[in-house]
Amino acid sequence: MKSRFFPLLVTFLVFSAIYAYCYYHFSSFGSMRVVCNLLRDNAHLGIAAIGMTFVIISGGIDLSVGSVIAFTGVFCALMITREGMDPYLVFAIVLGMGTIFGAVMGVFIYYFKIPAFIATLSGMFLARGMAYVLTTESIRITHPLYIRVSKLVYIFPDKGRFTFAAGAFLAVLVIGIYLAHFTRFGRNVYAIGGNDTAALMMGVPVGRTTIMVYTLSSFLATFAGIVLSLSKRSGDSTITVGAEMDIIAAVVIGGTLLTGGVGYVIGTFIGVLLPGVIRTYLTLEGSLSPWWIKIVVGGLLFGFIAMQKLLSARPKLFSFKRQVRPTTVSTA
Amino acid sequence: MVEMEKQVLTPVNENKPQKATNFKWRNIFRGDNRALWTILALIIILLVDRMVSPTFFTVRMINGRLTGSLINTLDGAAPIMLLSIGMTLVIATKGVDLSVGAVMAICAAVSAVLINRHEAGSDNILYYPGFVIAIAILVGALCGLWNGVLVALFDIQPIIATLILMVAGRGIAQMITDGQSPTYTDETLAFMGQGTILGMPFPVYVAAIALVVVYLLVRRTALGLLIESVGINAKASHYTGVNATVIKLFVYIISGICAAIAGLIVAGENTYADPHTAGMWSELDAIVAVVIGGTLLSGGRFSLVLSAMGALIIQSLRIGLYISDLHPNANLVVKAIVILLVLLLQSKEFKQAVGRLFKPVLKLRAVFK
Repeated sequence: MKSRFFPLLVTFLVFSAIYAYCYYHFSSFGSMRVVCNLLRDNAHLGIAAIGMTFVIISGGIDLSVGSVIAFTGVFCALMITREGMDPYLVFAIVLGMGTIFGAVMGVFIYYFKIPAFIATLSGMFLARGMAYVLTTESIRITHPLYIRVSKLVYIFPDKGRFTFAAGAFLAVLVIGIYLAHFTRFGRNVYAIGGNDTAALMMGVPVGRTTIMVYTLSSFLATFAGIVLSLSKRSGDSTITVGAEMDIIAAVVIGGTLLTGGVGYVIGTFIGVLLPGVIRTYLTLEGSLSPWWIKIVVGGLLFGFIAMQKLLSARPKLFSFKRQVRPTTVSTA
Repeated sequence: MVEMEKQVLTPVNENKPQKATNFKWRNIFRGDNRALWTILALIIILLVDRMVSPTFFTVRMINGRLTGSLINTLDGAAPIMLLSIGMTLVIATKGVDLSVGAVMAICAAVSAVLINRHEAGSDNILYYPGFVIAIAILVGALCGLWNGVLVALFDIQPIIATLILMVAGRGIAQMITDGQSPTYTDETLAFMGQGTILGMPFPVYVAAIALVVVYLLVRRTALGLLIESVGINAKASHYTGVNATVIKLFVYIISGICAAIAGLIVAGENTYADPHTAGMWSELDAIVAVVIGGTLLSGGRFSLVLSAMGALIIQSLRIGLYISDLHPNANLVVKAIVILLVLLLQSKEFKQAVGRLFKPVLKLRAVFK
């Protein structure tokens, strides 16, 4: 096994171990019901996390996704319920807006050299603020399309409901894996994440790829917002506050290194489901306080990073490590 | 050989000492000085505030306490200013501390729970207000130490190392208060947030003292230089014998202590500790304050005074938005736009792009000459 698969392997083993532990205590973890609910409840996080995986592999970060999800939900609800617009048209408009939003952030980051952290932070404030400006109340959507989508379920023999959101999540996952590992775009993303100077010298279109990565992330976040709006059948500007941190944690737990260049989309999938499994366990357990979820996720984050350090990197504990990495190149 | 290539690949000007962001009056109007833009931004925002509310600069003495929007701005900016002091040092070492908001919540929770025991009649000397404050600050220092150990010893990326405490910290704070938001009536702790000395709110003094102390600590000793050298070129500073591990531990501990004091102030203002909302988003405010102050996220040169000004910019923006007739929901939008504008003003690439945009105009003028 190649060493670059180690983080992924660790993620997979820990997930299996935790799932087995949960199954040992509550046999319902073996049913399709829990599995389907896991997929449904984490669909919006997962779809956005797949976009985030690309951003982080390219060496950047996108803090705006949670706000973009909320904005999309509010925009859809407002346009469909209040303005009576056709949902398909609204989806097309909002996806276009999300795409442009991401592209603009990418331009700021690449051309004006504003750090991704700060540029997307402004994006986060902007998207959340726009959502607040639209409305601060929760709007229900009762359009026939939403009812139709909510009836679009495959019911397993044990009453597990495989919903549209779960299907969308899996579809985006497959597309994400294809994009990352079987296209030129994916290879370029890995290349600029590994060493953008070397990538530029090899002829990788660094600027275009950087902008496309943020565009993809915002596009997927918008799509996640649509999926969430379809499954919640409402729009609320106060949802998914702080979701970007959950998503980044999920990507890191999935074995993607924040330094860029290393990571797998499938790892993110597991990283998203893991907190979901723990949340389900705590709900079933019933006696544990809700704050344990945060502490456990924080502990997991620490555990995974520590394990990645021990397994994938050479043991360099308590020693000095070279941290110099050229970040820009002057095109002379 | 590899090193040689690295040297060639790395543009020369990146290793050149960057223009001083140190606040010096005589440097203000010199070329590409970041201080200029920060000060300009502050002045412009204050002037806009003045236009929005004609009484913005009016300061009155009511019941021995100075009141007015300007004083409110200073008072409200104190916690962000404290956070930005610690954050400046952390960012100067090429790090970032996302956990300060959670540390604020933890320390506020610790102080409230301990003082509640004192109010319940416990005679334990550890529950006396002075000790409670000391313990809360110690807890903040421990949180900083934890971050520092992860970053300096385990060599984990700062964003992710501090993300751990950011995620877990609020859970820990809720665990300490048992999911409640404990209130207290103790005057010493309330003084941290509400007290006045000579008419000025106490938090302003705390922030000012912290600024002066840390400034003297890093600028009157070699510490500031060492912090910058770790941030600019960790390898070179290692070869010169700088102990990067100790420096990093130091800056994260300072950041933790600053967060603890900020947490005490915020708790004192309300005389209760809310583990859910105390310090929420303040880590982002602090980072923005530091960046507006001209310290690069890629480490190196830093200026504590300009970071404090960045905190003032954020707070005067917030106050201005509150007193304006603007819809309160538009706050975040305006904030995002102002942050972007300030950043664009600082971006060399943006200025060059604008310059290129005006090139045809200049050429046209040359033709008509």
